[in-house]
Amino acid sequence: MCGTCGCGEHHHSHEHGHEHTHPHEHEHHHHDGSTVIDVEQDILQRNNLLAERNRGYFDAKNLFVLNLMSSPGSGKTTLLEETIRRLKGKQAVYVIEGDQQTSNDANRIAALGVPVFQVNTGTGCHLEASMVNHAVKHLAPEDDSILFIENVGNLVCPAMFDLGEAKKVVIVSTTEGDDKPLKYPHIFYGADICIINKIDLTPYLNTDVGVLKENALKVNHHLQVFEVSATQGEGMDKWCEWLLFECAKCK
Amino acid sequence: MDIPLTFVTMHELSIAQSIIELAEEKARERHALEIEELELEIGRLAGVELQTLDFALESAMKGTMLRNARIVRRYIEGKGRCSDCGTEFVTNELFAPCPSCGSWLIDIVKGKELRVKSIVIK
Repeated sequence: MCGTCGCGEHHHSHEHGHEHTHPHEHEHHHHDGSTVIDVEQDILQRNNLLAERNRGYFDAKNLFVLNLMSSPGSGKTTLLEETIRRLKGKQAVYVIEGDQQTSNDANRIAALGVPVFQVNTGTGCHLEASMVNHAVKHLAPEDDSILFIENVGNLVCPAMFDLGEAKKVVIVSTTEGDDKPLKYPHIFYGADICIINKIDLTPYLNTDVGVLKENALKVNHHLQVFEVSATQGEGMDKWCEWLLFECAKCK
Repeated sequence: MDIPLTFVTMHELSIAQSIIELAEEKARERHALEIEELELEIGRLAGVELQTLDFALESAMKGTMLRNARIVRRYIEGKGRCSDCGTEFVTNELFAPCPSCGSWLIDIVKGKELRVKSIVIK
């Protein structure tokens, strides 16, 4: 029975005798000329559909695509620079940089001789699938490559927006404290990989890397965790080996 | 107070705009003039700040087919399932230990929904 006007099921106009070639909504007419339409659709479906288009393109070209998410200042770009240095000569790499303003990060990546496309979101707090779609058209990556998407520095908003990536990577640095995963659980919940960066600084901090890792796994026990120092190199070989292994699986 | 949307940076604004796009698309398919009611289903664990979404919706609905629409919100309680003992339990936290065995190996099985359930058009 309709909760708005109380009219019964005989008012429904369902047609189930045909095959659906489109999402089907039920209609239900009220006496005052208004009509109830059962939409039943995900609010983010437009982004999700575009993300799936991206994913299909990535699959067809054997691209291994990672969405890097973190708060500003966790060392995403430094991690990316050091990763690129280690992969150089072994693996073709492309980068999409997301920031509200400036091309600073894209310039740092371009200095390493890697094709990069900068997306400026203006006031936007996250990347969306449409922006990645646009960026990829410009980058035109070669088959069998790794594509890193560095999301806008933000530990909240990027969590909800699928870009079509194979793996979501959340980066948290030891300088942020060991309870970050509990304070911002959504991004850790949605991620596949957690990189704990700046582990070389722990002697100067109150952060316990063990507790940080434990908290991340409390939020999402499926997370694969890497502990690294992008600047000092600790843990970077293991991370890069994993990247090459996963990239080879895409072929 | 009206804050221009260009100064609002939050994912709830993207979500509000997506809601309006989806609702208007469905209304236009039926040549409606106006959307009288918008029914949303929001999971308690969806990661949406409800007050912020309300604010974003209120601002973004101006000048659209939803300008006079009533918003009906239906909340979906979160539900977790323990990977160790199989217990299912209601939770409004993304991380909570199993109430039966204390394990943290929990998978969320309900409460991440974010849907337009129905619209009433005229």
